[in-house]
Amino acid sequence: MLAFILRRLLQSVVVMITVGLIAFSMFRFVGDPVNQVVSLDTPREQREQIRKAMGLDDPVPIQFLNYMKRAAQLDFGISYQFRTPVTTLIGERMPATLELAFAAAFLALAVGIPMGVYTALRRHSVLSSFFMTVSLVGVSLPTFLIAILLRYVFSVQLGWLPSFGRGEVVNLGYWTTGLLTLSGLKALILPAITLGLFQMTLIMRLVRAEMLEVLRTDYIRFARARGLRTRSIHFGHALKNTLVPVITITGLQLGSIIAFALITEYVFQWPGMGVLFLGAVQNVDIPIMAAYLMLIAFMFVTINLIVDLLYSVVDPRLRTSMRAAT
Amino acid sequence: MSRPVLSIRDLKVEFVTRRGVLRAIDGVSFDIARGEVLGVVGESGAGKSLTGSAVIGLIDPPGRIAGGEILLNGERIDDLPAAAMREIRGRRIGMVFQDPLTSLNPLYRVGDQITETILAHLDVSAAEARRRAIDLLKEVGIPAAERRIDGYPHEFPGGMRQRVVLALALCAEPDLVIADEPTTALDVSVQAQIIALLRRLCAERGTAVMLITHDMGVIAETADRVAVMYAGRVAEIGPVRAVVKDPLHPYAKGLMGSIPTLEGAADRLVQIPGSMPRLNAIPRGCAFRPRCGSAFARCHIERPEPLRVGEHDVACFLYAQGAPAEPAAAGPGTEARR
Repeated sequence: MLAFILRRLLQSVVVMITVGLIAFSMFRFVGDPVNQVVSLDTPREQREQIRKAMGLDDPVPIQFLNYMKRAAQLDFGISYQFRTPVTTLIGERMPATLELAFAAAFLALAVGIPMGVYTALRRHSVLSSFFMTVSLVGVSLPTFLIAILLRYVFSVQLGWLPSFGRGEVVNLGYWTTGLLTLSGLKALILPAITLGLFQMTLIMRLVRAEMLEVLRTDYIRFARARGLRTRSIHFGHALKNTLVPVITITGLQLGSIIAFALITEYVFQWPGMGVLFLGAVQNVDIPIMAAYLMLIAFMFVTINLIVDLLYSVVDPRLRTSMRAAT
Repeated sequence: MSRPVLSIRDLKVEFVTRRGVLRAIDGVSFDIARGEVLGVVGESGAGKSLTGSAVIGLIDPPGRIAGGEILLNGERIDDLPAAAMREIRGRRIGMVFQDPLTSLNPLYRVGDQITETILAHLDVSAAEARRRAIDLLKEVGIPAAERRIDGYPHEFPGGMRQRVVLALALCAEPDLVIADEPTTALDVSVQAQIIALLRRLCAERGTAVMLITHDMGVIAETADRVAVMYAGRVAEIGPVRAVVKDPLHPYAKGLMGSIPTLEGAADRLVQIPGSMPRLNAIPRGCAFRPRCGSAFARCHIERPEPLRVGEHDVACFLYAQGAPAEPAAAGPGTEARR
């Protein structure tokens, strides 16, 4: 097991170095980085000084090495727009994005799994067909449209929930949270629904399909022949067996929720990394873009590692094969 | 003789489909006494497994029991509500399925699956249930049962898994075990062990067994009586020695004739010509008539009901009054041998 984790960690490092290379090469693609820092009338010598100070006269591999070294220490350089360290900028905004993403993922799981189980067990009930129809809307409507509709109904017409921003936040040192204030929680609802709706319907459909598959298996039939309670067959034996694919999808989706919260954040003016990133793209702020790229890659790698470990918690067969593989 | 453990009277099972109602089991009747092993044989689709499913109340829609009665120790169980039937399953009727590799839930420890079943049926503590589970595993011949009880199904080889399945079927001391092709998925070398184990465990407990198989060898060694099923009906039923050695129904003759023997080495194995009719095309009269070498006029019109002939009950007009010729000489077996 330990060998398996070490091997996966090593793979993760390789992935991160590759992504680092891509992030690093972004600096080169958009012209001379010195031009991004200086103004038009900076004298030549000063430009050379800056070039030296930035280490841009070193050979490219050395520069890459230095970049990765700094990145490993969470130093991604200084934003061209804000003249502030990128790490500080991202650090300020990350809590907002992560809270939104986890709220959306929680919503998707907490609603999606029960709905999936229900529609699988009561395949022909009216409520099931209703859920299935709604889920079709969920998968097919684009995020921005859902966001606008929700805002129109709940903010403009009913006036129940704020239409933008994060509400009041509480500062906990490195982390600012909106989860401790009423206005923060209220502000979270609409963006979380917007971001989570697609995932929720995806999970619901996945759970339904898997559950139907599992209910047809021999061991469920055998469990019935053993006279176990229907409840424990459905929620013990069947549900546990549907979880492996659900964990995979949830893991992958959590990564994309974090990475692609952009639209939701933009529509709701949510002060997260997505808005920061969009601004960076508009202003060719390479350090922010590169750091964002590496951060997202890091999250995907981490989530995947966690997903692999969760498999072995759920499925004992994988524990053996992991031991065998190492 | 005391009351039979299982008594099936004129059982009918139907499938409601878009194209109409298909009758898969049409008037099956038989009894199984305490401690008796009844072998049920027949081709695929003859209704063997479906009869087993009907007894344990696990026929899934669109299938349904359309008529007849199933009595367990004299009490009717085919019309019980779902909750009452659940209490009978596992507790009074145990079941063993064909494939031990897929019968056990891969995500649960073997011991947990046994204790869960014990706790569902018997009023014992968890510790007591675990103790019983270990005893059962020992009894079915799992070595180092104290340790293996915490293993997962995939850690057991096929034969061991079927032993675990047997333990599961027997863990609440049922009166009847339905074994639906319990050895088909196993290695030949393991088959005999499992059958012997099933036989021994049930004999010790006085458990009645309904052994569904198409392995005539297993039947000949294990069963006390045998029922030959064809197209949803019982063609012939009787003591195993009589039916295997001296079958009466032309279909049973064909079936027994197709068993290879050690003596008659050179010949081709006898085949029954044709195949069993599909459910939507069961012929009028006797269902076996199109394949039968001895059919006569009456077989086209009427459906034969079981007749008592010696120790056998046989559903064939050859043994009724007014049959055309000496019945024993005819039959598809002799036909094909010519």
